[in-house]
Amino acid sequence: MPDRSVRRMVSVVVLYVVCVLTALAVAAVLIAMTGGPWRRVLTALLDGSVRNPGRWGTTITEATPILIVALGVIVSSRAGLVNIGQEGQLAMGTAAATWVAVNHRGPVALLFMLAAGFVGGALWAGLAAVLRYWRKVPEVISTLLLVFVASQITGWLLSRSFLLQYLEKGVQNQVQTSKQLDPTTRVGSVRLLGNAVPWTALAAVALAVAVGVLISRTRWGFRLTVLGRNPRTAQRIGVPVMIAGSTALMLGGAMAGLAGASMLAAGASGYRFTAGFSNNVGWEGLLVALVARNRPWACIPVAFVFGMLRTGSGFLAATGVPRSIAEVVRALLVMAMLVPPALMTLFDQRRRPAVAAAGTLATVAAGG
Amino acid sequence: MLANTLSDILSSAALYGSTVRFAVILAFAAVGEWVAERAGTLNISLESFMIGGAYSSAVAVGAWHNVPAALAVGVLAGAAVSSAQAWLSHRLTIDQFVVGLTLNIFVLGLALFLDHRWKAVTPVPKAWRIPLLHRIPVVGQALFGQPWPMLLIVPLVVLAWWLVFRTRWGLEVRSVGDNPQAADVSGIHVNRRRRQAILFAGACCGLGGGVLVLGQIGINGYEPGHVGLKGIIAIAAVIFGGWTLRGTVAGCLLFGYFFAFQQAKLVDINPQLNASLPYLVALGITAIFARRTRQPRALAQPFLRGLT
Repeated sequence: MPDRSVRRMVSVVVLYVVCVLTALAVAAVLIAMTGGPWRRVLTALLDGSVRNPGRWGTTITEATPILIVALGVIVSSRAGLVNIGQEGQLAMGTAAATWVAVNHRGPVALLFMLAAGFVGGALWAGLAAVLRYWRKVPEVISTLLLVFVASQITGWLLSRSFLLQYLEKGVQNQVQTSKQLDPTTRVGSVRLLGNAVPWTALAAVALAVAVGVLISRTRWGFRLTVLGRNPRTAQRIGVPVMIAGSTALMLGGAMAGLAGASMLAAGASGYRFTAGFSNNVGWEGLLVALVARNRPWACIPVAFVFGMLRTGSGFLAATGVPRSIAEVVRALLVMAMLVPPALMTLFDQRRRPAVAAAGTLATVAAGG
Repeated sequence: MLANTLSDILSSAALYGSTVRFAVILAFAAVGEWVAERAGTLNISLESFMIGGAYSSAVAVGAWHNVPAALAVGVLAGAAVSSAQAWLSHRLTIDQFVVGLTLNIFVLGLALFLDHRWKAVTPVPKAWRIPLLHRIPVVGQALFGQPWPMLLIVPLVVLAWWLVFRTRWGLEVRSVGDNPQAADVSGIHVNRRRRQAILFAGACCGLGGGVLVLGQIGINGYEPGHVGLKGIIAIAAVIFGGWTLRGTVAGCLLFGYFFAFQQAKLVDINPQLNASLPYLVALGITAIFARRTRQPRALAQPFLRGLT
């Protein structure tokens, strides 16, 4: 019945618009309550993210690692696993990448560095996989705890000069930072309309396509999907639950590590690995995947919006509103994007209970 | 040398004192979470309930200089945050972990943002010594000489036990956590019970957050870092306790000891290792106990009618 499906489509769109506007209105009210000018906040956010010359290139640079993390999240949540430790996996991956990169130079070293990031993140997530499948520790808890442990470990690596710390000559108080990347191991960028866009951004888009194909067009992806929707069925039809699940979890961590390595190569914190290097990129990638409802192509625009909030919030200082408003806006937007599909499910369920149950089954299993 | 250090650690009254303080904070959260988990929800948003309670009671006490009123505000704030979790995950059908994660980020950011405008300076309530008992050597001061809000944990644990094991509500809560389908056909509103259990957890965590800023370490003012993953450790304590109340309280004491040990710096170890000690212990403990014990059968599984 085309009539009904059109009506449904319209109501979905209306719901999304209403929810997002509500979120923005709540943010505006919060700013107004604390005595800030909300109009100027909006202008500053837009100026800092896209309007000023050269800014959208910066936004894309910021959005790239977020997108890569989000793609990893999609892989692990396809298998029904809730990996929320990307922040730590990113830091550990970057640590491994730095270890390779500081002692070598040249484009080959760059490749090895990215590979090291991939492996480092995978191994760190592998710990959670071991705990999950060997000791039945919920991965929600272990990955989160491992984030904190990872930040301490990277702090330790950066405080030992025989590991990653770079000692500057003649300086009293040595900071926790690694050596700067050699110019030959950095990632170049393309000039586009006066904006510098790093190659990694293009690679990340290609990666989004690859992940999309992998999870929806291959046998392996199908197995993951079955595992995520119904582990018992997966076992009955012969999916190796432990191997498939661990691979998915580790692949998620690997993407986070890769994101960290690419961030370093593209110039985050001055081509140096530092103590606060991950800087919430892991968390944001996770949120991007949630908002995109685990669809790889949808991650691209969402990651861009999150990148806008990052670069835009840098311009907030002039308005006197603290930067943490960006975090509030981000979380509000995430909630606004989560509500409409859930509301639709609820309406469907009330209208036609029997038919809806099948639909709900699909939504719930897909992590909605 | 080793024996010396060991005896220092075992006889340090200050260490026991701060163990009890950390354990009490954890226990507020863990008791609430225990009830919610018996009903079948794993709230990683425990953290956000605590931050909500801590921040709002810090602001309230700065405005009114009245500790009981501030604690009440903390309870309300915790319950308010938890109602978001309850509503989004058990009326709408959004995944509970997704909701919890978003709430954690939202409340942390909100508290940071509002802190700019409404600063909080907190007085520390006087210690309330129980006559005679507080003179017991080594542990007397730790157990019976704490600021009075800490003592609220005792009636709270009793209340939780009574609610879960001695009331009809508690029976229903346990049944929706173990077998929601059976509970549903016998006329229990599964998701309503789960929402109520989450609200209870939120109120407990809000109170815990309030006690954290009001009665704990003599800190002046509130910092978002004070909660610092205690919510997650509380979940680990529930796992350690094998979903029993007694075990949960024991778990809180254990993790409280490691937090105190970390803070006291009695032993000369690597600072990063020291800082990650409670979290490493939590990982180890959950690795040992998550498998041995019997968890509520429908833990972390959404309930939808017509879907087995």
